[in-house]
This record gives sequence, C-alpha cells and structure tokens, in this order.
Amino acid sequence: MTTRQSAARCGLALCEVCGQMSPLPPAQTPTRAKPRCARCRSPLHLRKPDSINRTWALLIAAYLLYLPANLLPIMETHSPFGTDEDTILSGIIFLWQSGSWLLALIVFSASIVLPLVKLLSLTYLLWTVKRGSTRNPLGRARLYRLLELIGRWSMLDVYVVTLLVALVQVQSLASISPGAGVVAFGAVVVLSMLATMAFDPRLIWDRAAERITQESPHA
Amino acid sequence: MHSEPLPAFAPESPPTALIACPECDLLLQPVPLIQPRSRAQCPRCGARLYSFYNDRLEKLLALSCAAVIMLLTAYAFPIVGLNIQGTYIETTVFGAIDKLWQEEREVLSGLVFVTTVMMPSVELGAILWLVIPLWRGVRPPGFAPVFRAFQMAHPWAMVEVFILGVLVSLVKLSHLADVLPGPAIWCFGCLMLLLAGLASLLDPYTLWHAWEDARATPAEAMEP
Ligand SMILES: [Zn+2]
Ligand SMILES: [Zn+2]
Repeated sequence: MTTRQSAARCGLALCEVCGQMSPLPPAQTPTRAKPRCARCRSPLHLRKPDSINRTWALLIAAYLLYLPANLLPIMETHSPFGTDEDTILSGIIFLWQSGSWLLALIVFSASIVLPLVKLLSLTYLLWTVKRGSTRNPLGRARLYRLLELIGRWSMLDVYVVTLLVALVQVQSLASISPGAGVVAFGAVVVLSMLATMAFDPRLIWDRAAERITQESPHA
Repeated sequence: MHSEPLPAFAPESPPTALIACPECDLLLQPVPLIQPRSRAQCPRCGARLYSFYNDRLEKLLALSCAAVIMLLTAYAFPIVGLNIQGTYIETTVFGAIDKLWQEEREVLSGLVFVTTVMMPSVELGAILWLVIPLWRGVRPPGFAPVFRAFQMAHPWAMVEVFILGVLVSLVKLSHLADVLPGPAIWCFGCLMLLLAGLASLLDPYTLWHAWEDARATPAEAMEP
C-alpha cells in the first residue's frame, strides 16, 4: 500500500490559479521576495494564509447580523389603509396561508434554515480543525463542498424584495419600499460566503493524514 | 515520494508532472483520460480534478457566444409585467436596480447589480477573452489576471438564484394583480443552462495546458 502523501509535506505548493506545482522553501528560510508561481506569477502558499482567523472574523460578523436580518422588516407596504411591515418570517407565513405551501417551504429553507445551517456548519468545521480532530475527514470535506454550493441560494429574498419594490409602485393603491432588514440579510449572505471562501478545506485533512502516517510507518 | 495513481488525464493535455488535489492536497500521479466526457476525481476526498471533452475549446466558444447574446437580451427586455387595475407596470433588471438606488438603498442596489449584471458579464467576458485566442492557437494577452478575474467572478454570478427570485415574486404578486412574465425571464433561463454547461466544460488544468501548447505572443517571445 502506498502512503497517501500531502503535497505540502513534500514541500510542494499547488498554485491556486493555474494548478502548477512548485517547490516551496521552508518557512524558516528568510527570503525577501514572496514566492510566486513560475507559470502565472500568482503568489504561492501551502495553505490559505491566516485562514482560520479570517474565517472566524467573517463568521462572527455574520452571526451578529443574523438576528437583525430576521427581526427587522425587509419591506414596507404603503397603502391608503396604512403601512404594513413584513419580516422574512411574515412573508413566509403569508405565502403559506395563501396556499403556495411549496414556495413557502422553498423560501423558508433558503432564507431561514440555510443561513443558520451554514453558519453552524462552518463553526463546527473551524472548531474541529482547531481541536485537531481526525474523525471523519471525508464527511467534513463533503460538508464543506455542500456549503460552497448552497450559500448563494440565500440571496433569494434579496431578489424578491428588489422585484417587488420595482413593480408595486401605484401611489394611490399600494407601494413597496425596502426595509433595513434586507440590507442586513444581504450582508449575512455575503459575509458567510466570504467566510466559506476564507476557510481552507485542506486543513481538514492535515491532521487526519498525520495520524495515518503514524499508524503505518512501513509504507 | 509516493503518490496515488489516478486513472486518468485528458489526452488533449498530457500530464507533465505530479498534481495535488486542490481540496485535500493529496499528491497524485495523473494518467490520461480515454473516454470522452469523463472526469477525474480525487480518490481521497472526491474533488473534481480535471475532465476530458472532445473539441472542448469549440464547445466553450459556442456556449459562451450564445450566453453573451442571452445576457444582452435579458438586460434589454422586461422581466415581469404587472397589471394593477388598468395600470401596467413592467421592469427590467436595470430598472429594478435603479429603483432600489432611488429608495436610498445604495448598498442593496450595488449588491444586486454586482451579482446579476457585473459578475456574470465579467465571467463571460473572461471566458471569451481566454478561449477565442486559444482556439486560434495563440496565447491571449494577460492570461493569468483574466483567468483570476474569472475565478473571482464565478461564485458571485447568481443568475439561477435570481430566476428563483423572479418565480417567487410572480407568485406573491399574482395575489395582488395580473402578472405577465416578460421575455427576459426566458433569456435568464437559457443563460442559467448555458452557464451550467460552461462550468462543467471549464477546468483550469486543460485551459492552462492549451495555453502552454499555444504560440507565445510576440511580446512574450521577445523576453529572454
Ligand atoms: Zn500558477
Ligand atoms: Zn482530494
């Protein structure tokens, strides 16, 4: 059986832009010039620099905005009978009560469940990496790939509000204006996407691979 | 130095050296892919590594040209029309973005502009910039920065989410008034499919191999 070796352990860095492998001198070597890829001149590093701290910072910012995003009104409907304020949840309840239960379910998943699942999963990934966990790296790698895939779908409510604001503009009957909640909501989506991008999935495997090498030293 | 053998690399781009999985950093020895439309995955984490398609550059070119036409028509025509008691209102993407700006939600307006207009345009423009010269066998100028722009734009182009947003708004508005889906919604639908096709055809390994095979631009050839 061959040992599964990580490129970093062999002193090879993968260029994130062009996929070229380059030998990277050890970090201790004091060099003035930053190492760059020979083919495309992009900066080279073994892992995304400062990945954990940047991910934490973006994640905490996203958590802080999650509550205002869900509690503040995302749009205000002005009509001769007064002003109605809609939060994300009241919009979903309206869809449900008007019989569009499938759509209500989609919006509920995209706007309330997804952002929370995303924030909690990323926290879990960061926590297991920080703890040096070696358990189930494949499951965690798949979870990360899923997060990359689903994050964008939370933008749904931002687009719905945009279109409703643009269309419902009959001054004598009804007009809709965007609320502060939708700004916070957009910020949560952007921050959690940035946090996912800042996280380096290779960190999940680094510890797990170390343990495999220790277990089979004769490979 | 040991590495996992891999059952495949595209014949159009023969492997020159070891590669590493971008998602788990496993060192791999690439082997040519024989079967068209096949794709190599990392044996440890299952990440997409590279793929093999016949006439990839021609297909990329055709899909991206179609996508540019769809993109331009999608911006030019209204997405949804609304009939509230005799008053007909319709909006284009730019109209909706402009309305948010007037409502003094500049940040939000910017976010919608970036994700529905700017990033899809940057993505498509970058693909055309790279693929047209490569298809003719010439290296495009500024390959690396343009490729980086494409990589940066890709996750922020959210055409498919926007379409779902249009559908949800249609249902919400249908309780208020008569709604008429505009021509742009079909263009956006086609654009979504074209972008998905482009995403499955594009992979950095083969594009960079095509770059290595192509003739150097005169300026680069002058360099020592
Ligand atoms: Zn490179
Ligand atoms: Zn892998």
